[in-house]
Amino acid sequence: MSNVLQLLLAGLATGAIYALVAAGFALLWQTSRAINFAQGEFVMLPAFFVLAGTEWLGLPFWVAALLGLLLALLLLGLLFKRVIIDPLLPQGVLPVVIATIAVGILLKESVKEFYSAEAQPFPALTPGGNIDVLGAVLSLQDVAVLAVAGLAILAMQLFLGRTRLGRMMQATAQNPEVAEILGIPTRRMVLYTFLLNAALVTLASILISPVYLAKFDNGETLGLVAFIAAIVGGFNQVRGAIAGGFLVGVVDNFGAAYVSSDYRTGILLLLLIAVILLRPEGLWGRAEERTV
Amino acid sequence: MTGRRLAAVAAGLLVAALLLLLPLTLRPYGLYLMSLWAVLTIAAMGLNLTLGYAGQVSLAQGAFVGIGAYAAALLTTAGWPLGAGLLLGVGLGLLVGWLLGYPALRVQHHYLAFVTLGANTLVFLVLRNEDWLTGGVYGIAAIPRPTVLGYPTDHPLAFYYFCLGVLLLVGLGLGLLLRSPWGRAFEALRENPVRAESLGIDTRRYTLLAFAIGSAVGSLAGAIYAPLVQYIDPSPFALGLSLALLLMVVVGGAGRFFGPGLGAAIAVLLPEWLRFSEGLYLILYAVLVILVLVFLPSGLVGLADRLSARARGEGR
Amino acid sequence: MKRRGLLSAIALLALAAPAAQAAETVRIANVIELSGNGATVGNMWKNAVEMAVEEINDAGGILGRTIELTHFDTQSNPGVSRAAVQKALDLDPYVLLGPIYSSSTKVNMQLAQQAGVPQIVGSEASVITEMGNPFVFRTSLSQAASMPKLANYIRDGIGAGSVAVLWVNNDFGRGGRDAFVAEMEARGIEVVADISSEVGQSDFAADVVKIKQAAPDAAFVYLHEEESARFLREARKQGLDIPLIGETTLLNQKVIELAGEAADGVKGHVGLSADAPLPSIRAFRDKFVARYDTVPDHNAIKGYLAVYAVKEITERIGGFDRQAFADALHCATITLEDEPGILIDTSWDRKGDVDRISFLAEVVKGEQRIVGTLPPLGVGCD
Repeated sequence: MSNVLQLLLAGLATGAIYALVAAGFALLWQTSRAINFAQGEFVMLPAFFVLAGTEWLGLPFWVAALLGLLLALLLLGLLFKRVIIDPLLPQGVLPVVIATIAVGILLKESVKEFYSAEAQPFPALTPGGNIDVLGAVLSLQDVAVLAVAGLAILAMQLFLGRTRLGRMMQATAQNPEVAEILGIPTRRMVLYTFLLNAALVTLASILISPVYLAKFDNGETLGLVAFIAAIVGGFNQVRGAIAGGFLVGVVDNFGAAYVSSDYRTGILLLLLIAVILLRPEGLWGRAEERTV
Repeated sequence: MTGRRLAAVAAGLLVAALLLLLPLTLRPYGLYLMSLWAVLTIAAMGLNLTLGYAGQVSLAQGAFVGIGAYAAALLTTAGWPLGAGLLLGVGLGLLVGWLLGYPALRVQHHYLAFVTLGANTLVFLVLRNEDWLTGGVYGIAAIPRPTVLGYPTDHPLAFYYFCLGVLLLVGLGLGLLLRSPWGRAFEALRENPVRAESLGIDTRRYTLLAFAIGSAVGSLAGAIYAPLVQYIDPSPFALGLSLALLLMVVVGGAGRFFGPGLGAAIAVLLPEWLRFSEGLYLILYAVLVILVLVFLPSGLVGLADRLSARARGEGR
Repeated sequence: MKRRGLLSAIALLALAAPAAQAAETVRIANVIELSGNGATVGNMWKNAVEMAVEEINDAGGILGRTIELTHFDTQSNPGVSRAAVQKALDLDPYVLLGPIYSSSTKVNMQLAQQAGVPQIVGSEASVITEMGNPFVFRTSLSQAASMPKLANYIRDGIGAGSVAVLWVNNDFGRGGRDAFVAEMEARGIEVVADISSEVGQSDFAADVVKIKQAAPDAAFVYLHEEESARFLREARKQGLDIPLIGETTLLNQKVIELAGEAADGVKGHVGLSADAPLPSIRAFRDKFVARYDTVPDHNAIKGYLAVYAVKEITERIGGFDRQAFADALHCATITLEDEPGILIDTSWDRKGDVDRISFLAEVVKGEQRIVGTLPPLGVGCD
């Protein structure tokens, strides 16, 4: 029993990270129909901004983290939108898919070349130590991950649902034409979602790197799993993507423990293919009206 | 008009001479690279059919290369001729490609990218985990080179000409296919599926066909990759190869007949040209892909067309 | 005496042929992981090889000839490694060094064999020396040689009656796991959990739970560096309190750095270690640190002594004949007295595998500590 609880809690802690990444992914898709195949590398990169700040510039951790956030907003938010998405989106989804694959390679290889090919330890947010939950063990770091990610998700939901700006962003996401007519500056709203995505991946990066170390190729698995989470949960609903993140984290752990460790990745992929074929809008998504 | 045809004929002759005569001066390493280029070009031509002509994105082409390579490796190491491995590989490619086409009927674009991406990883997992059949991570060694029309191809030069011959046959076959009603149906599918349907084209059937044929050509490439490297294990057929093939098609020019050849040449030669930069070449390659997408949506072949058109315009 | 004879021979050569410049060098090609996932291990090897070549050249070269060293990058990719070996062979080298990745070695070793060029690899997969290739050699213990030593330790040192094995599902991990399980069976130790994991896997919660459920006396962990660190942290977190046993990698300095406190208490067998209590290895370590500002790992030692093995064997055969070199290295023993650069007395068998002493180690307070020295297996050549 304590084993089941252990797997569940560990799955939720990892799932919280997937949820953050998947939420950003879904946001981008909703507001701009941009699909980001480099999302995993987006999560990998900010940790190296922080490391460059602490190791190269000798900055204290929190200053370096702020610097990392700033760089992420600039490069992964603004620049990414202006240089990659804006020119390519009018050509259709496919060129964006291919270009973001290339962006992923670019980020990964650059980190390897200019920082290090080796995994790097990353400063922990909390002191070491564990707490006991009914026989299962959670590290303080796990608790912090769950708490921070949970708060971030809550804050984002409140922002999108309760503030004027958030509602304008949602309106843009749901129907850009109507939003435009209503006088919402949709172009700026789209930019804001790119910035929000950059902030989400930075948060995910700082949360996950102390546990799983910072390495240039971390994005490969992380990006894939976050995609699966977003699609399984619901690509066009931030809420769905978040639920998908937790689900995928838990399914991964139980699958590896009780089904097959050889086919660990395969279990998630079969889940993905099944959802796409049987319920393409995702488990918690809403059906998308098809415009042809 | 005649000037253009003349230029095309001249360019064609130049490339043919290069492909036929240059290898005579090369050492085994150069021959290996040129053979690899031929194999990659075939695989990319298959993907070009699916992606460039029929407009269906596939991130599983590398898996099909793997299926073909394993079919050829398993049969030839068991004493069968390569022809048998080729047939089995192409047959499997057609079958699995046809099955993979089904999701394409239900979902489009990015979803399709994910389905095919998932399929690629599943194929990799099967190749790695089912070691009773595939040898698992230990792979298959000592894959023999074929004897073609009584000539052994153990020498690198002979094997290169064999690869070139296969490439030529595949190019011929695909060229004929594209000029047939099927080829026109594929393009109609890409341009406007609804209109294609209204014109009486069975879009369902042609989508499946595009996947099946494109994938089978990938498997064919795999079946000659196996005797080229003479040892295979699952790792080359993971997602990386599919991404690389996709980028080759895009850089060369998706939907352009000679695009894959050019894209593959760049992918094979770029690391050579950029030797001074060591690890930097992938970075530069990624930048090149982005530049091509932003500035040259029709790829480098499209650029060549545009340049020659401009030259003619000035001459007039 | 010997040297003077040599010098006059060279002088004669120089007089006889104006193009003798070329004859005064000997080419060694190093095909190694300089980029890609193996860049870390590959650069250790490359740096150590460069250091050895420079030392030998400064001391007058091999039989008076200067070594001309050329590096080729495999990009950690088997297909590219084959191309790189082909390219290296086009230069007609005397000996080929590398690569380290077993998957790459398996793809390219036939080429060197066909060309009749001796190849000294850094790979540890057993299968490489079992294909009957008379030109392939190693400088480190193969998995087949390490695992019996480790198995004896688990039986006698730990006293375990049952074990769990956690391995990374690629050719390195699978090869080690297969060799390990066979040794366990031979000693009547039950393998109660046999768990594979993925390269790049981040979450080891399920793996640790599986080990706990099987309740073994000890767990053998055979993963790459960062996965080892992630596993150790998770094991520490879940309070897995059985001995965690490793083979070389798990006790590596990089793992200790990444895992922090969680690495303390890890035990196991180390084939080559920069921490080995031997004056020759200490001296090598100091030289390496002075030159490159990082502590060498076992891959550096492997590469360094490969170059010195080439020097010693060539001097024994008295010329640059590849076939004679391969014949002489089979069944050769090189001691520190013969050649100090060998760092540690080493014997080769008929297959190209090495035999030598190795070490038992423990991680104590963030340091790898050598706690015992194991004798060579003594399989010998006959």
